[in-house]
Amino acid sequence: MTVKTISIQENILNANDSLAAQIRTWLTENRVFAVNMMASPGAGKTSLIERTISGLSGKRRVAIINGDTTAASMDAERAQKVGALAIHVNTGGNCHLEAFMVRSALDALDLSGIDLLIVENVGNLVCPSGWDLGTHRRVLVASIPEGADKPYKYPSMYSGVSAVVINKVDLLPYVPFDMDYFRKGIEALNPNTAIFPLSCTTGEGVNAWLEWLERQMAFYAG
Amino acid sequence: MHELSITQNILNIALEHADKHHAQRITAIRLVIGQLSSFVDDAIQFYWDIISDGTQAKGAQLVFQRVPARLQCQACGHDYPLDGESYACPRCGQDAAKVVGGREFYIESIDIQIAEDNNSR
Repeated sequence: MTVKTISIQENILNANDSLAAQIRTWLTENRVFAVNMMASPGAGKTSLIERTISGLSGKRRVAIINGDTTAASMDAERAQKVGALAIHVNTGGNCHLEAFMVRSALDALDLSGIDLLIVENVGNLVCPSGWDLGTHRRVLVASIPEGADKPYKYPSMYSGVSAVVINKVDLLPYVPFDMDYFRKGIEALNPNTAIFPLSCTTGEGVNAWLEWLERQMAFYAG
Repeated sequence: MHELSITQNILNIALEHADKHHAQRITAIRLVIGQLSSFVDDAIQFYWDIISDGTQAKGAQLVFQRVPARLQCQACGHDYPLDGESYACPRCGQDAAKVVGGREFYIESIDIQIAEDNNSR
């Protein structure tokens, strides 16, 4: 009996990542622009999705894949109410979405009728960062009450994102929040990231976010 | 709570490579895990003992190599650890860094036992 060391150098998430790459190609071929939307619970992902669907209404067709840890599908229902196609994915307690979950959800969508696909990840500032879902962009939704230190406490989540939305700016007069410190943390980790301070309650700042999405869609969805 | 599926991936990859080399047993697996990947060594070890049972990898030692996260200043090129309450470059003070280390998450190598008569294959 001999013992031998074999070099492997293989990414542990290879199975997920290669499926994600297939999904991305498939979406691109179908001219669908896809966003992986990540946030802590309560940051306002679903409110932003509602604002986004309403803001694009009549111009762009939007579909939502909504990941939750339970069968409670109220978030998907909120998106449907404002006119989007929405698929609820129950992760069965799992703390994040994985590419295979997105792949199965896509079977229920007619991609030819969609310009923008928003994959609403499970509310969690740690786990979703490791999984590529096959989207074109990763967007993080932060909010004022969470505090300005989050880019420093959750660097894995705050790095590798194309855009950061800072929701609930209408609360700035009431909550201490060092915007400069927060922005510096994001900009240091992602030199070219777009930052959108906005309020889903008042609508302030939402247009800049919609314009960013529109530019991405012009590129991917035509 | 995602270490179970991760551990299953580790087992699958290790078994696939062991099979290619006609291994009888896997005795060690070396994992490289960056600080920015959100995986807990203890949890992986816990699941490992359960899911490797009954496979060629049963009892294999998991060796974790942790890689600290590092930033590189895009203004002056200085390389520094990602930690603490600021990401500004400690040398020039600029907030323009790039993450250059800490995202690693791979199996580096495995140790396998091979029967003598298989050595020539």
